[in-house]
Amino acid sequence: MNALIGVRGLVKEHGEGRSRVRAVDAVDLEVPEGQTLAVMGPSGCGKSTLLHLLGGLERPTDGEVWLAGRRVDTLSERALARLRRRSVGFVFQAFHLMEELSAAENVELPALLAGRSRREARRRASLLLERVGLTGRARHLPSQLSGGQRQRVAIARALANDPLVVLADEPTGNLDTAATHDVLRIFEELRSAGQTLVIVTHDERVAATADRLVSMRDGMFVDDTRLAGTGTGWLGGLIGLDG
Amino acid sequence: MQDAVLAMLAKEPSHGYDLRARLRRSLGPLGESMNPGQIYVTLTRLEKAGLIVSERASGLPERPERKVYALTPAGQERVAAWLTEVGWPKPDLAEFHLKLVVAAAARLADPVELVAAQRRELLRRLREAQHAALAEPEGSAAVLLLEGVVLRLQADLRWLEACERAWSPVSAVDDEAEDA
Repeated sequence: MNALIGVRGLVKEHGEGRSRVRAVDAVDLEVPEGQTLAVMGPSGCGKSTLLHLLGGLERPTDGEVWLAGRRVDTLSERALARLRRRSVGFVFQAFHLMEELSAAENVELPALLAGRSRREARRRASLLLERVGLTGRARHLPSQLSGGQRQRVAIARALANDPLVVLADEPTGNLDTAATHDVLRIFEELRSAGQTLVIVTHDERVAATADRLVSMRDGMFVDDTRLAGTGTGWLGGLIGLDG
Repeated sequence: MQDAVLAMLAKEPSHGYDLRARLRRSLGPLGESMNPGQIYVTLTRLEKAGLIVSERASGLPERPERKVYALTPAGQERVAAWLTEVGWPKPDLAEFHLKLVVAAAARLADPVELVAAQRRELLRRLREAQHAALAEPEGSAAVLLLEGVVLRLQADLRWLEACERAWSPVSAVDDEAEDA
């Protein structure tokens, strides 16, 4: 597959016997490098499960997952953990920061785990915190930061190892409008820098900033819309003085 | 919008280009298509209606851009009345609703497909509004207006979801559930 992310006939079932449900039901998907993809759908439609399968957090019941030309779903636990650390950046709704570590230390950690030197990790963390506008908060603990700031630390952490793809699960689910805009601005910068990004969301505003939007229902894709490059020029025509 | 232009003169008598600049500041990207002449068309109408008067600098040829416009007592009354009005733009949903009804009745098109196409169009508009909001400088008054545009589009998208549910054929699973 030429796409950065490739998925073929992907199935994920949860539960046993009669309570068995198909969270993801025979999904095919290709995400080219540099694309921002939003996955939308009501809760329980399987969108988070799909993201977990893409990032190697769960293994599929059936089907294939490919990342940068490499089959992921058949990797050993050890190889999968290594892939998650080095090639995938995760952003979660509840931030999942280490509460006893400072913002900078949270961002350094993935680089250290990937075998980089302390000095290199520190240098990288300081660059990334600057990129998300939190240079002045580097020594703060997560508990001393607002929700929006915590999520920005989490985004910096996700970028620590220069991942092939950033996977974000409801990244603005706990944020107010202003903090949502901060996160969307950072995503927009990542997009311009060519970062491949998959965002699972139920918020149309977040989804609408992506290049492409896939809608899910009952584990299946029901729509696949290209949003980028389709400017309608509609905003400027909204207001007439004589209306 | 005529009333808004009128009310802008309540602060002080102004030139047309001042009014236009104030409008542009408040409207941001939504005011971009307003051409320079439009404000003078509006001011001329307001003057004919006796709501404003204009004064031009003496000795200069009569051109609208040289004039200073001010409210008349009738104009002041109109502004006061406008401020207490609670009129609101009509959401125009009936036409799309009828499109679905008619398409289904005459089998002209699949209503679910029509809803999907409409949803894609609204999402593109939402994208445009979101990008415009993100691009506004900090403290811009237009952000709040764009927020309103975005929230309305979200409400419309939610309504389309309801349309989709209502017009979707009953699925096989639901049939089985009813049989059981």
